[in-house]
Order: sequence, then C-alpha cells, then structure tokens
Amino acid sequence: MDVSYEKRTLDNGLDVIVHEDHGCPIVAVNIWYHVGSKNERPGRTGFAHLFEHLMFQGSEHHDAVYFHPLQEAGGALNGSTNADRTNYWEVVPPGAVERALWMESDRMGYLLPALTAEKFRTQRDVVLNERRENYENRPYGLASMALVAAHYPATHPYHWPTIGAPADLRAASLDDVREFFTTYYHPANASLVLAGDIVVSDALRLAEHYFDEIPAGPSVAPVVPPPVQAMDGHPPLVLEDRVEFPRLYLSWPSPALHAPGDAELDLLADILGGGASSRLHRALVHDRSIATDVSVGQGSRELAGLFTIVATVAPGHTLTELDTVISVEVDRIAVDGPTDGELERARTRVESDFVQRQQTVGGFGGKSDQLNAYNVFVGTPGYFVSDFDRYLRADCNAIKAAATAYLMPKRRIALSVVPVGSATVALAGSTCVNAS
Amino acid sequence: MVTDRTKLPVLGVDPKFRFPGVERRMLTNGVRLWSVDHRHTSLITLLLLIPSGSAADPLARPGLAALTADLLDEGSGDRSGIEFHEALGRIGGHFRTEVTSDATLLSVTALARHANEAIALLVEVVTRPLFATSEFTRVRDLRLHRLTQLRQVPAVVAERAYLETLYGAHPYGHLAIGTDTSLRALTTEDVAAFHAEHYAPSRWTLIAVGGGEGAEMRGLADQLLDSVPVSPSADAAPPSPHGPPDPPPPRDRLVFIPRVGAVQSEIWIGHLGTTRRTVDYHALLLMNMVLGGQFVSRLNLNLREDKGYTYGTRTVFDCRLGRGPFTFQASVQTSATADAIRQVVREISDIRDKRPVTPAEVAMGCAALTRGFPRNFETAGQIAVAVAKLALFDLPPNYFSEFVRRVAAVDVAEVTRVASVYLKPEKLVAVVVGSRAEVLASLSNLGFGEPVQH
Repeated sequence: MDVSYEKRTLDNGLDVIVHEDHGCPIVAVNIWYHVGSKNERPGRTGFAHLFEHLMFQGSEHHDAVYFHPLQEAGGALNGSTNADRTNYWEVVPPGAVERALWMESDRMGYLLPALTAEKFRTQRDVVLNERRENYENRPYGLASMALVAAHYPATHPYHWPTIGAPADLRAASLDDVREFFTTYYHPANASLVLAGDIVVSDALRLAEHYFDEIPAGPSVAPVVPPPVQAMDGHPPLVLEDRVEFPRLYLSWPSPALHAPGDAELDLLADILGGGASSRLHRALVHDRSIATDVSVGQGSRELAGLFTIVATVAPGHTLTELDTVISVEVDRIAVDGPTDGELERARTRVESDFVQRQQTVGGFGGKSDQLNAYNVFVGTPGYFVSDFDRYLRADCNAIKAAATAYLMPKRRIALSVVPVGSATVALAGSTCVNAS
Repeated sequence: MVTDRTKLPVLGVDPKFRFPGVERRMLTNGVRLWSVDHRHTSLITLLLLIPSGSAADPLARPGLAALTADLLDEGSGDRSGIEFHEALGRIGGHFRTEVTSDATLLSVTALARHANEAIALLVEVVTRPLFATSEFTRVRDLRLHRLTQLRQVPAVVAERAYLETLYGAHPYGHLAIGTDTSLRALTTEDVAAFHAEHYAPSRWTLIAVGGGEGAEMRGLADQLLDSVPVSPSADAAPPSPHGPPDPPPPRDRLVFIPRVGAVQSEIWIGHLGTTRRTVDYHALLLMNMVLGGQFVSRLNLNLREDKGYTYGTRTVFDCRLGRGPFTFQASVQTSATADAIRQVVREISDIRDKRPVTPAEVAMGCAALTRGFPRNFETAGQIAVAVAKLALFDLPPNYFSEFVRRVAAVDVAEVTRVASVYLKPEKLVAVVVGSRAEVLASLSNLGFGEPVQH
C-alpha cells in the first residue's frame, strides 16, 4: 500500500513530487491548484470551474486549444473543479512528458495574453450547457444544491454549488478572469506530480526546467468559514422535480476530511449502505421492499463534511415510512454499534478500494492524483499508509461514538424530492425550496 | 537554461507495446480458462464471458438475459443473496454483471490473497443459482420500478426510441432492461430455462488476471476443475461467431418525444453500421476519430468549441457480432436543436466528398489511437476486458500487439473510401427528446420529412 516518492519544493514555491512505476510505458502529469468554488464570492459563483475551462483554450505561446498537441502525442487529458481544489492531468507516453510540462507551465505562467472575449463567451455557453445536462435536465439533479444551501449560511464557502448559478456565470467578466488567475494560479499555490515510467532525477530536472521561471505570486490566505450554528431541529424541506418516485435525503453536518470521526463515519456509511448486505439495503430494499435503492456517504471536504443517506420510495409506500425505518436503524447502530463481522468487512472493502485506486498512475483518483491530494490537504504526499491506519484504528466503539455524536435527529436536514405537483407526499411540515 | 517557448518540445520515440501473454487452457469440462500473469497489483480480476446477451432475448420477452444475470447473486448453492454479499465483503470483493447485446459479462474483483474464495463465489453464482420465486418477484419489481424512473432520463428515452426506429423487431432493437409488458410476463421458469440454455460451462470463457501472492493461476484452474460440473455433450455448442441478420429498413426517419420543460434536447442520429468482422475496422476507427470520436473531432469542435451548443458530442461505430449502429449523440441547448441536427448531417455528408479528411487529420487520429495505446492495458480490469474481446469476436491472439501497426498502415485514401462506403446521409434516422413548444416546429425542414411523435 505504501507509495514511494520524492518531493522537492522549487524556489518559487511549487511542490514537485515524483513516483516511479515502470509497470506500463506511460507517465501521469498531475497538477493541483489549491483553489475551488470555496474561494468564490456570492454573486460570482461557478467561476473557479468556468476558469478551468479557459485553461484548455490556449496560452501565450500555444494560443490554441490544448487538446491538439497532447492528443497528437498520444495523451489523455482532463481537469476538474470541486469546492476545494482544481486539478489538471495528462497521461502521456514517456516521450511526451516534456510537451506536457511545457504546456502546463505555459498556462501557469502565461495564460492571460491568450485570453479573448470570444473564448470566454463560448466557454461560458459550454458551461451553461454542462449545467443543463448534468443538473437541470437530470432527475434529482438539483437536490445536492438545495442541501448545501440549507446547511451552510449564505456567506459560507460551501453554500453554493461548484457549477454555480446561471445568473452569476452570465455576470462574470474578463476582469474577473484576470483577477482570479493573478490571485490563485501561481507556483506557490500549486502542486505537481509526475508518476509512472520516468526516473526521479529526470523528472525533477524537467520540472525545474519548465517551472522555475514562473514567479512565486502572492500567497493565498486560507479560507476561513464563518461559524455555522449547530442545528436544533431544522424544518424539513421539499423540492419538486421531474421525477417518477419521491426520494428522501437525510443529511447531517460531519467532520472535515481527515478530521477525527471522518474515517469512523466512512466505515459507518459502508456498514449502513454499502452493497446488498448493508443494514439499510436489507431493511429498506430487501426485507420490506419499501425503497428501490439506498446509498450512504460521508462526504468530507477540506472545511467540513456532510453525512448523507439517500433512499427512493418504491411505489405504494411513503417517505414517512422510509424516514421511520432509517431512523430506527441509525438509532440502533448509535446504541449498539456495528458487529465485529460488519467492521471487518467494511475495513476489507476499504483496503480493496485503496488497492484498486493504486492500480493506475493517472487520471482522476489514480496514484498521481492521490499524491497531490495528500500533499495539498495533509502536507505529506505519501500519506497512504497513515490514511489507511485511520480505518484500522476505528473500532466498533469509535464507530458507535461517531454515530452518537454526529447523527442526532435534531442536527439533520431532511429534503424530500417529489414529482412536480406532489408536494403533499413530502415529510410532514416540509417547506418548499427552489433550486434551478 | 531558459525554456524555449517558440515551439513545442518534439516527441520522443513511441514506446514498444506488447500485449501480455494469455495462457489458454481448455479444461476437461469444456471451460476455456484464459489467464494473464499480471503481478502489478494485489488484486485479482475474474471475468466470465458468456456469449449470449440481450440479443438472445426471445423477441416477445425483451429483458430476459439481463434479469437472469441480475438474479444470479440473489441466492445460490446453500447461501442466500445476503450471505453471498457478506462473503464477498470478507474478501474485499465486488461482483458486477454487464449485459451487452452480444454477451453477458460477470466479474469478481477481490484482494488476491482471497483468490480461491473469489473464484469459488463466482463459480457458485453462475452454476448454482436458486432463482427462488420470492427473490425473482422482488428483483423483477425493482427492474419495473427502474423502467419507470428511466422515463425521466432523456438519454435513455432517446436510446430506446433510436434502437426501435433503427432495428424494429430485431434482436438489437431493444434495451437490455426490456419493457414493462415483457418483465410482467416473465416467470422463474423463463429465467431457469434461459440459464440452462446459455450458461452451460462449455460456452464459458473464464478470464483470470492477477498474480499477487496466493493467486497462482494453475491452482485456480485445478480448483475450477473440481467445482464445475462437466457439461452434458448436448451443451457443447460453440458460441456462434455470427450475430443476427440485418433488419429491414426503418419506417420512420425522425422521431420526436416531448419532455416538458426540457432545457436541452437529447439528440441521437445514425444508421446501421457494420460488424466487428469488417476488414475495414481500423480504417473506420480512424475515420470516426476525425468525425466525432475524440475531443478534437470535427463534430465536437463545431458544436462545442465553435458554437457552445453543448457540453460534448460523440460518434461511435458500435461494431458487434451482427451489424451494430453508427451513432451520433449529444445533449444540446433547446434553442440550438434544429441547427445542431443540420450541422451533424452536414459534417457526416461533407467528410465523404466536399471536405474529405486531410492528411493532418488522419495523422492526428492515428497518433491519438496508437501512441497512447499502452495506457489501455494498465490495470487488471482493463486487461480482462481486452481479453474478453479477443474471445467474443474470435480475434487473433496477436490482435492487440498488431493494433498499432494496423492503424498506422491506413492511409488518407483509405479513410476517405470508408467514409464514402460506411456513412450514408440519406439513411440517417434521428430521435429528439425535448421541449415540444420550443422545438417541434423547427424540425420539419431538416430533410428527414415530418417528425413522427411518440
């Protein structure tokens, strides 16, 4: 499970991390910028992600779409934005590493001269279409937005979704792009990983060669969220959507990524909802057939987490029935804790998932991405074993304690997503929310 | 040394690629056991290929193959479905089923130190499923509910109508999940009969990829010999290398399905493609790269990067045992629906004659397909899926090792030739799922005739 690596920080503050793996003749180039939608401000939401699109549209010395030279090199490439960070990656043959580094360094150092109003407009339209395809025109697509909006106050950096509000995207200007780039896209706010069929010394030399010339840039102040008042009985919410069956979302504020309780709740989520033998799948889907599906997750991010249970009502049954059964199961595990067998299976699954992710050097979630995640969030790229140790240390008592501490009824927000015109099937006393 | 930013760094030599060796054994019970020693992970991936998929559904019973696969892990041998999944959990295992038109793929991935248990579990669900009535009814009902939910998923609504339009009453004319009427009519006897006919061990290709400690392939093979019943000779029919015959020509050319309040239109356009046996396979792949098979393809650059109509587009020649579809698919903003369809038809026409592929486009497509080819075989799962393709389509053992050479040998004239032979603008059919009020009237003058409303 251990992943060997070498790390060097360049004079301009760029972290460079190299991992050798000669199993396949490919090299993963992966770069993280420690900026995401949490760094946005109300009225300009969705900007970090829109900016990510512009990073593929050309830079001063290659003023054209970034895909051509890299696909011509046999590379795969992509990028993504979430609340906490933005990542970009290429997986290339060893002979194309220099090209990938040339291009990554060019857009880190020289993006703005290539920026035009036309590129900006087109990518804004593409992003608006991404939002339509993945959220607005997709069943239950707006539920997560309604949940974060309810959990976090309006000035909290997790209040808005990373995809942003359409009005905000339309209001964004070229000046916003310039300011954002100047503030966040520089070596001291970035972390670069080279992983795969490459030798450490060559990788470090190349990284230095291409990135050393870029000035460090201003330091980025950490985002400090406003205090969130502990909930004390939040009224349930209802959202109407083009769906066939009502779905219940129950979510609780939970620990941030790597904070105490995070691993325990991760294991708890698996015990409650991971696979056909999990407690809630058995109770709701298998034994009673009152739900068509159930899933549970500890969604932990840099500043805070949400523990969420989602279940869809089977025809002939009600959201209230689901709520009752789920509440009984949550109470039961908070009182009795999991069994030894459940814990053992959940841990084994975690181990298997760790190994699964380590099978690949590149892409989203592969070793290069994970080295960067650990480097950015805990400062130690090779945190793999320590991360897994969290799960080995979490025993039945600790899981029980986490369930008791975090999954209190008065701390939860319940959201019913119901077919248009059927608000009455929501949990009793629900307040309408709008999301679009 | 200062970086030279006047030009991109030149590319180094492409890596040599050799597909890992596949050890092929025919066991006495008729099972083909194909194993790959892949010592790069402490996981093992087992993939069982059964050469019958949704095209094997009786025409009046669409959904039978998929329902059968879905019931395998709902009780087998002496275990309940829950107990099976607990056993799977103990070995860090995942069980997955995939039903394509031509095949059923069942896989278990687990920690390699539990390889013996992994194979025992896979063999058990495949050879000794219980198909109890209670579980049958429960799972069938879940599939019915899923069908209802899919009415709100534009891409699935469009795909269903697209396959029906293109193939009609043909083995490729339905989704694997089937229809409401069919699922309600199915019985446990149908499932048991389908299982008996199609899951005979003599039809299996079992692919094992792994090699961490405790996962010696030979040991696995021996265990398999013990646990799998020898097939009765009647079952020993080899998988058919040919798929279903061609369907009759489509009746409708443009189908419109309303979706209230849709902010985008889901668009599927295409016609009958070809089979996996075509000698033009590599040239077609390359032509499709230029047309719509990659980010820098003509269609994506036009509709996304130039016009901003969509988050992305794709085209694919789905080459099956029989003639699969050639398909364009995208979700475009409502106001751009008619123009997007016009652009698609124009691009499909132009690449045949008015704007044939250029040497630069072919070079780009070739490089994209070949230079990065090794990354398709990094993980045990990727290798297992590749080996399954060798088995299903009866490809030569050196197929993947020869791939780069074969693609590189395709020249511009060849790509232009396959464009003119395999793309047939006059045969295109289109399915649109979108807002009736905003879209329908704009669809009349696109050369497809009046839209047929579903």
